[in-house]
Amino acid sequence: MSGVRVLVGTRKGAFALTSDDKREEWDISGPHFAGWEVFHLKGSPVDQNRIYASQSGGWFGQLIQRSDDGGKTWEPVGNEFTYDGIPGTHQWYDGTQHPWKFARVWHLEPSLTDVDTIYAGVEDAAMFRSTDGGKSWQELSGLRCHPSGASWQPGAGGMCLHTIVIDPTNPKRIYIAISAAGAFRTDDGGETWQPINQGLKSDFMPNPEAEVGHCVHNLAIHGSRPDVVFMQKHWDVMRSDNAGDMWHEVSGNLPSDFGFPIAVHAHEPDTIYVVPIKSDSEHFPPDGKLRVYRSRTGGNEWEALTDGLPQNDCYVNVLRDAMAVDSLDSCGIYFGTTGGQVYASANGGDSWSAIVRDLPAVLSVEVQTLR
Amino acid sequence: MIRVELPAHLRTLARVGREVALQVEGPVTQRSILDALETQYPMLRGTIRDHVTQQRRPFVRFFACEEDLSHEPANAPLPDAVAHGTEPFLIVGAIAGG
Repeated sequence: MSGVRVLVGTRKGAFALTSDDKREEWDISGPHFAGWEVFHLKGSPVDQNRIYASQSGGWFGQLIQRSDDGGKTWEPVGNEFTYDGIPGTHQWYDGTQHPWKFARVWHLEPSLTDVDTIYAGVEDAAMFRSTDGGKSWQELSGLRCHPSGASWQPGAGGMCLHTIVIDPTNPKRIYIAISAAGAFRTDDGGETWQPINQGLKSDFMPNPEAEVGHCVHNLAIHGSRPDVVFMQKHWDVMRSDNAGDMWHEVSGNLPSDFGFPIAVHAHEPDTIYVVPIKSDSEHFPPDGKLRVYRSRTGGNEWEALTDGLPQNDCYVNVLRDAMAVDSLDSCGIYFGTTGGQVYASANGGDSWSAIVRDLPAVLSVEVQTLR
Repeated sequence: MIRVELPAHLRTLARVGREVALQVEGPVTQRSILDALETQYPMLRGTIRDHVTQQRRPFVRFFACEEDLSHEPANAPLPDAVAHGTEPFLIVGAIAGG
């Protein structure tokens, strides 16, 4: 029987929420890694029992956990993320140069084709790969060593590589995003990288259209049309029709084009979702109304989805990795809030209900469609 | 045997009780104790000290015999009571909050 497993990373542990394909009754397990920050968990598309988790904390640093039984049991695997060669420096908040220093893993992206290959996006921004199921990690240093690397600088949350999107039709093509450097693409499996930020405009930069320095929050593609890339930037929702070579704005009638996550419907490549947030200094929904916005036209024309979501006095945030879709026939959408709620829609966003309401602040939400 | 007391999160990670017993070869120092601890419990690597620099993580403290030994050199001999196993070497997560 088909179903879903929603993997939730929070400030104080991880949770797994499972249901059948009706997505009405939920079983909740956790907290796993209680007391630790779990920035991200993600299951392998190759083996639904293989799940990786990024566990970290201020006291004891970074751990990577792996489950081979769908999250019932976990084993710590490799946690050594050593930059390749002499790491050098990048720009610090005050404009001085600052040594590259590993802080944590923000995002784990399992390979689409090999259960033991997984990518990790880390702070300070770099990309690592493991080909042995997470036991050992090697940096894909062509990214950090890009000539622009020394000019990258952290956003308020740190200089993190937080988004990794693999082209399902060409595994050598990977999109990533760094705050606050921008989006980059490799076409050779991670050896070399190019910035893909043309068309972005960021008014907080001295040159708003510079090649790097943009605060890209999240990227999303649909597997059937991987050259079309959607972006939630610090401000602005953007779209590229040529694999990031050029972007154009599709914010349209959104009440605010600031936000963190962006997602694409599992079966409709032009149906996309964002959660507008009031501003970069007011990280909560406009007017106290938690609204997911859906565009069925690949951007520009947006409709508010409110059925089942709080429409007054709501001041939570939805973080960049905290929205995901399943691939059941009726596409499910899920998102988690900093208030500890995880909302689900089993009908493409038309109506919503909370699976749980009182978890620790949600950092990430991923979904496995179980077959 | 050397007695080492771990903080709660590391006990959970290593799946052990409050205290573990270690066989340490040669002089008993912070470094030799941590080397033996990480050999016996490899999942603790990187959680107490940095993988590469071997520097103690900032919010980890080392206590023994009612003394804070956190700032002692890693190769300095530890008190005889620790070396003889009559007192434990305490690895502590620093109190941080408000």
